[in-house]
Amino acid sequence: MGEFKVHRVRFFDYMPSGIRALAFNRDIERIAVARMDGSVEVFHCSDRFFQEKIIPGREQCGIEGLSWVGERLFSAGLNGGITEYDLTNQKVKYTVDAYGGPIWTIAGNQQGTHLAVGCEDGTVKLFEVNEDKIQFERNLDRQKSRIISLSWHPSGSKIAAGMMDMIQIFNVETGHSVHRLLADRGVGTSRSKECVVWSVVYLSDGTIISGDSVGMVKLWDDQTGTLIKSHNVTKCDVLALSVSQNEDSLVAGTSEGTVVQFQFISMVLGKDDKEWVRTRTFKNHTHDIRAVAEITTAVVSGGMDAQLVVRPLLDKVEVRSAASALRKIHFPHRRLVSCARKSGLMLFQYPGHLELWRLGESEGKGMPGSSLFVKRNPEKLLHLKVKGEDHIRCSAVSPCGEWIVYSTASSLRLYRLHCDNNNVSITKISKLPMVLSSANQLCFSSDSSHLFSASTQSSVHLVSLSQSGCKFVGTLKPKSGERTIGFGVLHIIEDGKWLASANSDHEVHIYNLQTRKAHCTVPVYSSAVTAMGIHPTTNCLFMMYADQQMCEYSIEQKQYTDWSRMVQRKGLHRFWMERDTPCLNVMFNPQHPSHVILHDTYMLCIIDQSLPLPDDKTQFYNQLTLKSLPEEQRKSHSHAFKVCKTFKDILCVELMSDQSLVVVERPLEDVASQLPAPIKQKKFAT
Amino acid sequence: MVETSDIRVVRCGGSKVNLTPPIISSDSRFVLCTSGDLVKVYSTRTEEWLHSLQGHTNQVTGITLNPANHLQVYSCSVDGTVKLWDFIDGILIKTFVIGCPLFAIYVSEKHTGVLFLHVSMATDSKNECFQLVSVHLPKSAEQEVEAKEMSAVSSHISKNPSCTAFGRGSVSETCMSMVIFISFFSLCSFSLKATDKKGAKNAFTCIACHPTDDCIATGHEDGKIRLWRNFIHKKEYTYSTQHWHHNAVNTLCFTPEGTHLLSGGIESVLVQWQYGADNRKEFLPRLGGSILHISASSDGQLFCTSHSDNKITVIESSFKVCGVIQGLVKGDAVLTDLMIDPRSKALVLNGKPGHLQFYSLLRDKHLYNLDIVQQEYIYEAGLDQFEVVKAAFDIKGSWLATVEERGKKSSDLEFFLKLWAFDERTQSFVLNTTITAAHTDRIISMCFSSSEETTMLVTAAEDSQFKAWCQGADADTQQDQNFWSCDFVGSYHKLNPTNCSFSADSSLLAVSFQEVITIWSPDTWEMLTTLCQPPGVIRDLCFGRLSCSKYLLGTTTKNLLCCWNLLTCELEWSTSVDVSKLQPDPFSENVAAFSYQSKHTDLFVFKPSEPRPLFTNKNVCSEKVHRAVFVPREEPLNSCDESTQWLNRSQLYFLTQNMDLLTFSTATEEDRMLSSSKQLVIDDSVAVTPFYLLLGKHRQQQQKLNTQSHPVSDKPQQTQGSVTIKELLHTPAHVLPAASVLCSMFVNSFLISNTGETLQEEMDSEKEEEDSEEEMEACDSQQELRAQGSVDEVTPKLSKAQERELKRVRKTDFSWMAGLIDSKP
Repeated sequence: MGEFKVHRVRFFDYMPSGIRALAFNRDIERIAVARMDGSVEVFHCSDRFFQEKIIPGREQCGIEGLSWVGERLFSAGLNGGITEYDLTNQKVKYTVDAYGGPIWTIAGNQQGTHLAVGCEDGTVKLFEVNEDKIQFERNLDRQKSRIISLSWHPSGSKIAAGMMDMIQIFNVETGHSVHRLLADRGVGTSRSKECVVWSVVYLSDGTIISGDSVGMVKLWDDQTGTLIKSHNVTKCDVLALSVSQNEDSLVAGTSEGTVVQFQFISMVLGKDDKEWVRTRTFKNHTHDIRAVAEITTAVVSGGMDAQLVVRPLLDKVEVRSAASALRKIHFPHRRLVSCARKSGLMLFQYPGHLELWRLGESEGKGMPGSSLFVKRNPEKLLHLKVKGEDHIRCSAVSPCGEWIVYSTASSLRLYRLHCDNNNVSITKISKLPMVLSSANQLCFSSDSSHLFSASTQSSVHLVSLSQSGCKFVGTLKPKSGERTIGFGVLHIIEDGKWLASANSDHEVHIYNLQTRKAHCTVPVYSSAVTAMGIHPTTNCLFMMYADQQMCEYSIEQKQYTDWSRMVQRKGLHRFWMERDTPCLNVMFNPQHPSHVILHDTYMLCIIDQSLPLPDDKTQFYNQLTLKSLPEEQRKSHSHAFKVCKTFKDILCVELMSDQSLVVVERPLEDVASQLPAPIKQKKFAT
Repeated sequence: MVETSDIRVVRCGGSKVNLTPPIISSDSRFVLCTSGDLVKVYSTRTEEWLHSLQGHTNQVTGITLNPANHLQVYSCSVDGTVKLWDFIDGILIKTFVIGCPLFAIYVSEKHTGVLFLHVSMATDSKNECFQLVSVHLPKSAEQEVEAKEMSAVSSHISKNPSCTAFGRGSVSETCMSMVIFISFFSLCSFSLKATDKKGAKNAFTCIACHPTDDCIATGHEDGKIRLWRNFIHKKEYTYSTQHWHHNAVNTLCFTPEGTHLLSGGIESVLVQWQYGADNRKEFLPRLGGSILHISASSDGQLFCTSHSDNKITVIESSFKVCGVIQGLVKGDAVLTDLMIDPRSKALVLNGKPGHLQFYSLLRDKHLYNLDIVQQEYIYEAGLDQFEVVKAAFDIKGSWLATVEERGKKSSDLEFFLKLWAFDERTQSFVLNTTITAAHTDRIISMCFSSSEETTMLVTAAEDSQFKAWCQGADADTQQDQNFWSCDFVGSYHKLNPTNCSFSADSSLLAVSFQEVITIWSPDTWEMLTTLCQPPGVIRDLCFGRLSCSKYLLGTTTKNLLCCWNLLTCELEWSTSVDVSKLQPDPFSENVAAFSYQSKHTDLFVFKPSEPRPLFTNKNVCSEKVHRAVFVPREEPLNSCDESTQWLNRSQLYFLTQNMDLLTFSTATEEDRMLSSSKQLVIDDSVAVTPFYLLLGKHRQQQQKLNTQSHPVSDKPQQTQGSVTIKELLHTPAHVLPAASVLCSMFVNSFLISNTGETLQEEMDSEKEEEDSEEEMEACDSQQELRAQGSVDEVTPKLSKAQERELKRVRKTDFSWMAGLIDSKP
């Protein structure tokens, strides 16, 4: 393992935004997450919850509800509009105003024909889902208070709507109210406060389950309109409910940060009379849980503390493995930091602005593990605000540090940076080629002479940069020529000969930059590519997948390398496979060609391809053991994986051209300290 | 040679009543609990000990009601037998010999004729490995049956009886057991990791089954209660967690209707959870010691909790304590010696923190606590609090001296010497003098002089001094109150004293200083002589009594037991034996010595004047014995057997390191107790009070006499009379006929119907009754009578002349016998 000078960067104050809504699509196994800042993310449930798509939000667009209709995703928010998303191009498709004031909830029926939204003015509006648009159909009977929550009966003939102090059942055909269920207010001082029915669930057997601000989960019968049973779950609010597909398990998220599970169980074994019984309680959140989803094998929950928690239900899991472990997703699965490797600059991407920092300098050398004296503090050079309401989708700084580029959903801006001593100024490049209207992914060539932009039109545009301006050079398209690139990871080798791009269909294309033609395609693997890199000397493409597998593909020979085949044959170590965050960067150390540097959120790893691979019996984290051994024996005990866990909550690791490592950390404690105060709870012995 | 079979070690009196869950009879009138070798029956209403079921020869480890007959109870014991009792009459019905030590017993309503028992695994009994076996009880009319049909149910289960519970069991014949896992008859098991990543302590501590639903409640070490459901499916079992206890949950119990779950732990708070509505709970706090077991009566009206301070609390279903049954409180250690209060003959030792407890061993009842420290006790681990470490009574029981100290571990030792006077008016001890700095260091030993006239207290402390305290009439204090003050300070070569003791007549005081024993005259306070027998520091010191009062006995740490003759000041004899406790009997010359050798304790009883021990008992118990006491008997035994003679006047109790109070019982004593216990028959319709018992005893004996002497004639008469009285008393007044009609009926009912016997016989029998009433106490006469009765029964067809002859013989015979018995002491 090599020794590096490490810049430990902790001044990137990235704040993940709180989760507002979740929607699970069972057919395509995707879960959509809406955050407070209006962004929508799509996670792949069977691919280790890899974050496939990110649709950045806008200012002033609070999403309140998400709903899948078939494979189409709709959202509704307090701005009163219903939005459909273009998931292939990761952008908003269109927005339709419902004309009912702020929308609190949206629900699609199981048949996929209609959407219902609950509005501030007390109407439930039905929209018909057409091929390419949605069409307003009619209003159900207007109520006096706002509609907070909605749930369709699985048959699509009835709708239950949660409101202030009551639940209304509508017949969809007539549009009239069938039953009015009155929810009790709390006792004592809270009696004067209205009871908000935050969430309702309509089961196929006619049971309606509601969660309200009194902290009760109540079961109602829709035939008689009577209360069957009520469970006091919490002293605060029950904010979200979700039922499993076969309706035998229900989860409720509370503002205490707990998820309570209810199960439909026969009280006497072997008999049919079943009851809803409160069973387990999961406490993985510190703040309000705003959304839960029961996805049969797990419970997904998210809330104000901005983490997405996947709690597996082990009784439903066939085989226990790393894929079915508890995972907490704090940070996006893509890079928010880009580094100018040659000039020591870092560009931090926030939703609404960019920050450019110059790294500090230190003196001399120290012992391994010791911290060096900082000669010059890091300084913030630039704070660049985004024009318009859209949030930044991607950004990049050129390796020489002269160019900055960012893209929102609607526009792309390129800046030239002038740095003389203490004066920093930027000039916007005004005349951009038409193709650079917006980009999904941006990247500079290593000599900073070209900019690569993965466009929404499923291709990579090549733009040459010079002092005078920029010029469109050409477009790289895959051989097949069909629609592709959704999510691209772009990487360019040192001599500028090869370019590889990966898309959301898990395809990896390699282009020859000299001929500007597609060179070849890497065989498609079932899991998504999370990071890749092209080796500067051997021209091998090194790829990391979401399921923690790794591949090395020789571009020149158009086949997997021997090392890669050996890895596949022998398999990876158990501990490696059990990590729960994807690798986010692949780097190569020019001084040790056999070393590959990887990182994920919790560790930094150097793979020495010249050393033997560990099998399940060998000790995986062997650094300490190796240290204790004499020099001669170390060789026989060492294996290819060298893991460094000194750093935690890593957002980015980059190898600079002066052989120093930049590690950008964002400690979770810092994130937690910036969150609003949670609900005060009395704890024993405090 | 000495026969040891006559005398055996028993646990009678002062035993743990909290070892197993108590059970409440189905009519909620009796509480049954195990106590040493007995099963005790208490009344739930009066908290009175009614009687005990005696018959086991070792520790009783489990009791359970017979599901087929709610008036019967099964008990199991370490002696390898299961006994079936009629617990109302205290009659042993059957004995099933299993053959190996049994540690717990369970029954299931689904399986009649099957018992489930805990036996230790045959392979390694050391490791506390137990298995659950089911035993089919053979159907046979004999008293003692051998039950050999055993089949193992599950193995490797916890010793704790609250770790096994039986449920409704339709599909699953639910028995389960666990430390880490729970298993079923039908191979279904589920487990929790003992510790997970966060270091939570998940180990199971107890279990309970819901009576109607398929729901199992388990308690855990971290104070959580989990309710498991759906457990027959291999994976899809599910549970909900409830958390209130801050420490391990000791016990769980569902109410018979299944509407509530009761739980208890170290907090000594009984928690009642509503089943189904998870966070609704009720509390009953401040119950005393930590709760070990909970049981509920079958009608759900009463709950019983047993506590770590050897107490059973009876609680109504409205969550009110309605009765407390207090046993002998034994903490972690007894710091004071075992003592006998000369007035009440009660055993005195420290019980509750800061208290001395008075416990009557004869009635096996806790009398009262005397608050010595008189400070609030704070329940917190690691807090150094005042504890009573020494106590002593004077010979009349009018003075009590106590020493309390704190700061045992730290250097700043604090201690008080207190003297208490017995107040005749309040019948309790009243604080007379508190001496704050009696010595500069810890008091090692303390004794009162045993003379009748003057009481004097001698304390020996680690500051190499001993002090004599007298009740002085100081001039400046008030006349009517006499406080204690120091009379004399003695020391010997700056050596630390180890023991002090007065001779029987208080004419001599012996104080041992390390290896040297000094003899002082308390009158003049001059040192008379020194005795020394190195090597070894003197550990115990006592004077001989009565005829042996010229001897002084001492034990040393170098395994030497020495006996000095005080007249010659020479060593009379010495023997090499490691004596851990030397205890003289205050009522005889005998001295008991417990010696600990090769992992078991032997007992020697000897007279200092005789070289040969009166009695030896090898392997009394496996632990060291540090405390022992001779308790005077209420009525002395007249055993002539050499080996049991020493137990005639007093009984030897000793305390092992496991805090078991053991004693010795003789065969004759047991026979007597057995015969007396059988006579108690309780009428179902009357509430059992001590007064009733007294009455009942009286009446039954009378009845027995009648039935024995006139089996044919008396019985119908008795029933007839009682029927009329009953009719008279139980018919509502407004439907009764006129009193004049009734009167004749009533008087008629007392007339004896003529069944062919002569009037003279009636007269005889009446006279007999009178006679026998006079000699009610003497049981020998009863036996005599009984023998006569049986003679009568065997030969019913005798000629009139013969009968008359017999009667004449009986009459004369009887008066003569009675005179003989009366003359007996």
